[in-house]
Amino acid sequence: MQDLLYFLQQLINGLTIGSTYALIAIGYTMVYGIIGMINFAHGEIYMIGAYTALIAITGLAALGIAWLPLILIVALVCAMIVSSSMGWAVERVAYRPVRGRHRLIPLISAIGMSIFLQNYVHLAQGSRNIGFPALIEGGFRFGSADSFQTSISYMQITIFITTLICMTLLSLFISRSRIGRACRAVSQDLGMASLLGIDTNRIISATFVIGAALAAVAGLLLGMYYGSIDPLFGFIAGLKAFTAAVLGGIGSIPGAMLGGLILGVAESMTSGYLSGEYKDVVSFGLLILILLFKPTGLLGKPEVEKI
Amino acid sequence: MAAHNLKHALFCAIITLIIAYPILGFNLVASGTNIILEGATTQTVISVLLAAVVVFLFQLFRDNIMALLGKAPALNPLANRQPMEQSRRLKLESTILTLIIIGALIWPFFVSRGSVDLATLVLIYIMLALGLNVVVGLAGLLDLGYVAFYAVGAYTFALLSQYYGVSFWFALPIGALLAATFGLVLGFPVLRLRGDYLAIVTLGFGEIIRILLNNMTSLTGGPNGIGGIPDPTLFGMEFGRRVKEEGNTSFHETFGIAYSSEHKIIFLYLIALVLAVITALVIRRLMRMPVGRAWEALREDEIAARSLGLSRTSVKLSAFTIGAFFAGFAGTVFASKQGFISPESFVFLESAIVLAIVVLGGMGSQLGVILAAIAVTILPELAREFSEYRMLIFGAAMVLMMVWRPQGLMPMRRIHIELEKQE
Repeated sequence: MQDLLYFLQQLINGLTIGSTYALIAIGYTMVYGIIGMINFAHGEIYMIGAYTALIAITGLAALGIAWLPLILIVALVCAMIVSSSMGWAVERVAYRPVRGRHRLIPLISAIGMSIFLQNYVHLAQGSRNIGFPALIEGGFRFGSADSFQTSISYMQITIFITTLICMTLLSLFISRSRIGRACRAVSQDLGMASLLGIDTNRIISATFVIGAALAAVAGLLLGMYYGSIDPLFGFIAGLKAFTAAVLGGIGSIPGAMLGGLILGVAESMTSGYLSGEYKDVVSFGLLILILLFKPTGLLGKPEVEKI
Repeated sequence: MAAHNLKHALFCAIITLIIAYPILGFNLVASGTNIILEGATTQTVISVLLAAVVVFLFQLFRDNIMALLGKAPALNPLANRQPMEQSRRLKLESTILTLIIIGALIWPFFVSRGSVDLATLVLIYIMLALGLNVVVGLAGLLDLGYVAFYAVGAYTFALLSQYYGVSFWFALPIGALLAATFGLVLGFPVLRLRGDYLAIVTLGFGEIIRILLNNMTSLTGGPNGIGGIPDPTLFGMEFGRRVKEEGNTSFHETFGIAYSSEHKIIFLYLIALVLAVITALVIRRLMRMPVGRAWEALREDEIAARSLGLSRTSVKLSAFTIGAFFAGFAGTVFASKQGFISPESFVFLESAIVLAIVVLGGMGSQLGVILAAIAVTILPELAREFSEYRMLIFGAAMVLMMVWRPQGLMPMRRIHIELEKQE
């Protein structure tokens, strides 16, 4: 019974982290699906989302507003607006001019952008950890009081629900809306879509904006969950999310969701049963293994090399 | 058109405000357990507004400005010149290189200790960049975990000297060979991957090495690192004031000169110089050998190269291993120069800096890479008040380089024939 409760606890923690990874991974997978590049600066956009959310929360607190739902919604909207604008601008400045060149060129440009954004926030806000107030406290506990208790906090429930809402909205958007249909067309065949009258530049911008907005949601949620943020925390999270995207099959949106959850659970199991220090080793090791043995991921389509 | 431009310009200006104002305009300040928000200085706010205005004006008159800029390359008379004749260029290059090397040999005896120390660091970066140039510039394999091999070299020396008392000269080949072995072992499975996947896998590998170094506390000392790494000796002569090891003599006593701590620094500089020159010469040779041609052929067109009978794996593997070898070289020198190493020295940013050097210098071009290594290491030292902006400028420079001049500042030039346009 004890063991089962402990296992359940790790599972819950893993799914919590995993669902935020999935939110970030969407940005990677959509961009990759459409223009075939790794948006290296995506982790930084997520970090900027977290900073904006924190600025909005402290700003509202300074104004004396204490009604929790209002604070959360305002922080979320602010973070989404700033991150989306950032995503749009990054695509415009760093990626559009180099689109269609040799594969390495957009990638190096993206690394440059990532370093730039990291240092932009570092210079503006300092390099220290900043505490993120825990706005949502408390939770449920299971199990007898004298032994190990499985707990699930309200924060974790919030993360699940928010992720679920975002994913549902995204799926509806992609499958039903006009832009979503255009997105799917562009990702199948960019040239053909353009011939058929789709403004591909706009669709590519839209993908960056959507990915960035979801990353901002993840930024707010993870910031609250971890309780502190710093300018470098986007880098590792971005890498993890990329792993999740590859795991699920890059280019596939359901794949990114699945990959995020699997990665989150794998990580929390490692820290629960082995040691917390090695969880990054496990996720990078997982990434290397997938790329070696199944580069198309779990739900991805095989890529044909054309001459 | 004008109305469209105006709308677009307004949109861009607003986006600029949105991305700049919240982050720059408010400062999060920790006071006790709470965080409070402070407005930034008026100066910052004004510059953010100014930036928005600049973006607005630029986008509004974008077409005119671009037309003006389009004429600019005509001002550069060298832009379209033919590459020099092969034999003449070789002669010129070797003369310049010899002069530079002679200058570099004499120079440290006349300048301050700090600048010699900095020059040693520059040489280490030159070695790293030349090694990475083989992997990225010549073979076209984007390696983002290059710093891992550098770490292998440095830690090999540190551990060997700590546990077995091995000296610098023995550790140098061992460190380099071990790094090369790591490159071989890692490269074998991953080199089948496509370009951008390879980049991510090498990045993951670099992080794994760093995390392992950080956590294997009993062996590597974890985050505390390893100290007391010995200095190199000159034929058994030590450079310290007192001889540390039995049987060694000290440099200043042998030659009967007064002890000076500068001797050691100059000696290290000279070692780094010799190793950097060896690195440059070896790679220069390799570039002209069939294997070097194969690297470039594979970079230019993988399918064509394979159909001509080049083995993809062995060609890529050779580039990867050789790159790793020189990183190990540089790592050993670095460990010896610092006397102390910790995982902090081997973060992803180091890989990015070396990559930036290769990209700025012009992928594939040795002279360009050397000049870029000097510029990237020395410029931040010269402009100390801007040193905190160093990485910001780095990132921006990488993006701008890729957008405007992806071939780098001094691209590799080849004799080639261009078909003249038919009228």
